[in-house]
Amino acid sequence: MSDISQQLVDRVISARGKGEKLSISGRGSKSFLGREIQGEELSLAAHTGIVNYHPVELVMTARAGTPLTEIEAVLHEQGQRLSFEPPTFSGEASIGGTFACNLSGPGRPWNGSVRDMVLGIKLINGRGEHLNFGGQVMKNVAGYDVSRTQAGAMGSLGIMTEISFKVMPIPAETLTLVQEMDAPQAIKTMNLLAATPKPLTAACWLDNKLYLRLSGAASAVEDTVKQWQGNVVEDGNHFWWSLNEQKLDFFNGDSPLWRFSTKPTAEHFYPAGEWLIDWGGAQRWFRGDHDLQKLEADAIEANGQVSLFRGGDRRGEVFHRQSSASEILHKRLKDAFDPDRLFNPGRLYSWL
Amino acid sequence: MIGSSGQRRRWTGGIFQQCYGYDGMSEMNKPSQRELASMFSEFIDPNFVIDDAETLRPYECDGLSVYCEMPLLVLLPETIAQVQRVMSICHQYHIPIVARGAGTGLSAGAMPNIDGVVLSLAKFNKILEIDALARTARLQPGVRNLAISEAANGYGLYYAPDPSSQIACTIGGNIAENSGGVHCLKYGLTVHNVLKVEMVTVEGEIVTIGSEGLDFCGFDLLALLTGSEGLLGVITEVTVKLLPVQEKAQVIMAAFDTVQQAGDAVAAVISQGIIPAGLEMMDSHAIRAAEDFVHAGYPVDAKALLLCEVDGTLQEVHETIDKVNRIFDQEGATTTRVSADEKERALLWKGRKNAFPAVGRISPDYYCMDGTIPRGQLAFVLSEMDKMSVHFGLRVANVFHAGDGNLHPLILFDANADGEFEKAEEFGGKILELCVAVGGCITGEHGVGIEKIRQMAIQFNDLEIAQFHGIKAAFDPLGTLNPGKGIPVLKRCQEYRSIASASVSTAVGVAS
Repeated sequence: MSDISQQLVDRVISARGKGEKLSISGRGSKSFLGREIQGEELSLAAHTGIVNYHPVELVMTARAGTPLTEIEAVLHEQGQRLSFEPPTFSGEASIGGTFACNLSGPGRPWNGSVRDMVLGIKLINGRGEHLNFGGQVMKNVAGYDVSRTQAGAMGSLGIMTEISFKVMPIPAETLTLVQEMDAPQAIKTMNLLAATPKPLTAACWLDNKLYLRLSGAASAVEDTVKQWQGNVVEDGNHFWWSLNEQKLDFFNGDSPLWRFSTKPTAEHFYPAGEWLIDWGGAQRWFRGDHDLQKLEADAIEANGQVSLFRGGDRRGEVFHRQSSASEILHKRLKDAFDPDRLFNPGRLYSWL
Repeated sequence: MIGSSGQRRRWTGGIFQQCYGYDGMSEMNKPSQRELASMFSEFIDPNFVIDDAETLRPYECDGLSVYCEMPLLVLLPETIAQVQRVMSICHQYHIPIVARGAGTGLSAGAMPNIDGVVLSLAKFNKILEIDALARTARLQPGVRNLAISEAANGYGLYYAPDPSSQIACTIGGNIAENSGGVHCLKYGLTVHNVLKVEMVTVEGEIVTIGSEGLDFCGFDLLALLTGSEGLLGVITEVTVKLLPVQEKAQVIMAAFDTVQQAGDAVAAVISQGIIPAGLEMMDSHAIRAAEDFVHAGYPVDAKALLLCEVDGTLQEVHETIDKVNRIFDQEGATTTRVSADEKERALLWKGRKNAFPAVGRISPDYYCMDGTIPRGQLAFVLSEMDKMSVHFGLRVANVFHAGDGNLHPLILFDANADGEFEKAEEFGGKILELCVAVGGCITGEHGVGIEKIRQMAIQFNDLEIAQFHGIKAAFDPLGTLNPGKGIPVLKRCQEYRSIASASVSTAVGVAS
């Protein structure tokens, strides 16, 4: 547990003076994500530690490089957890990297994302100023929401040093149901069930099977299991863990992994392709060699977006393109935080 | 928010206009009011290009009526193309634009600019689509908050954020303020329930932000826009998430002899892993005022009252209400009462929901503050507030979103008594500074607007405020969108901090 924020500030100021570019990472577990870039390594792996944790306030503050596994262990002692279920990527992921990449697990449609749970941050901007935004309270509308703006920015607006986030109780009971079903039927079923007031907290389709997770008060879970179709899976939590950590067979191999974030009811497309449908239809993983521009058109048709999550050509664009009006806003905002474009230049888009 | 009518503070040439706001336009040759009105009348129905004083008058303030200003013009366009043309004309001539929903805001965020136009979105009041299977609603920005849930109800769905102005306030205004309500702890704020918006930029361009999926690539501009108080763009379309209506909701009321006990009871509920749908607290002034007003059966001798709502499946609610009841007993509740049916649930909530007007009956005027604090600081904050109340010679009643730490102190005063409003305003400012001192913030859901612009300098340092100005300039390089609101100019921050620190010794022991 150590605080290296002053070293980080000094490093930014020195990089600025020398005209260096910085390649920022947390603990490096998601170096596969985003575009390949050049820059001096700046790791937050040594900037760790839980700064504050008040279980009854449902709030924790941790340094950005703190491993998720360390955070989860402390939360578990108090019967709490990160309700956004972030993937730990073999236990390596940090809280800062998780937030910068905005990665959340299977419960995301029901329990919210890491972006939803973040309450405040400390951030070093491109002028080497160490700033405080948001706070440690649930509601805070003073000033712009600079904290949540970092979600998915992959460090290109600044170096987050501390993050405050909401934590939640561990559900009393969790059960998983499975049943045979084709993809179009599964998409419809997931959406119909999500519209009922039952404790559904995950819905995934893979290999012609629909998996549904129920969690919450024991009585609610047990009663719903009796009413819904499907068989209880013996070690259901292991399935969701393997899905979240990308340890299922589906994720093996070098073939490019695409991620569609779509309207949950979007029709199943390329039915002959290799698919895994998660988030009740709103997150769809797809394998194979494809062209980003072509898939962007499909994503738009599905009222969503696509990105090349892992593998493939990482020197070209990997994220869904921005409209020209949005591109202008992105560039101006980048300049407002990082006028010399020190941080992760090109990691998100070649032009950023 | 100020209850009942009192004196109003005219803004023209006032210290705020010079100090916290926008400095006026450059020396460029600007069209006159008449010239502008005729320009806009070329493409907007002239009946909705308002330039006469009598018709402009209702627009001079929002829900915080003590701050008011007459605009140059009020425009009520009917199409997005008209909004785009308004924006580009105003951009060309550097005319300030203040977007307005229903005008229910409580921080003077929609107060007009004397040199500018008010852009009312009132005519954009259509629900464009409800997609029951995807559980979304596509809306024009002027749709009322409650109208969304009413329209979704037929599908067994509703829109979760429920600010107490929900009968009148609009979804566009909710996005501008990141509105909350009594169910935030479990169901989140506006920012957690909006998927996508269409925005017209200050230059008149349309940009889509967000997606019908649950996330999108690039910077999270949707989070940045939510709560930006009309300073970054004008929202012209909104897609929100809808949730299934729960099978059952039940409320349990508990009375306590001390605020500390009630606060401990809240902590005990959370510690047991229970996240109530709503968890509200009232202090003795608020209890008595509400009981006199609605006769809900609140115990009037209690020092603190909790209302805890639990929702979920039938079995779950039954199980949880039992647990909460036991916790309240263990924590020393003097009375508990569980709603037996929907009628009783509505009655128990009625007192809380009418707490503001109820307090309005025991005082000529009241001033509602909106700070947030870590829940554990509640007893300390309330006792400090009692000391301030003695110091300023003004009573204060408290209602508290206990689940999420959002405090609404209601300062009672008489606007017709000389200097009382100024005293109430100073008292309010000190409460907000106290909130920051204990680790909270100056506004949980009402926004900064003009009202809290001075206290921004207490919550943020100059570098942070400069970063906010950088963000503003990225969206609005000329600074014509809602000028003078939300983010103070730096010079005034330094002045306010020195005045505030000088006056600390004269106020009561603000936590250090």
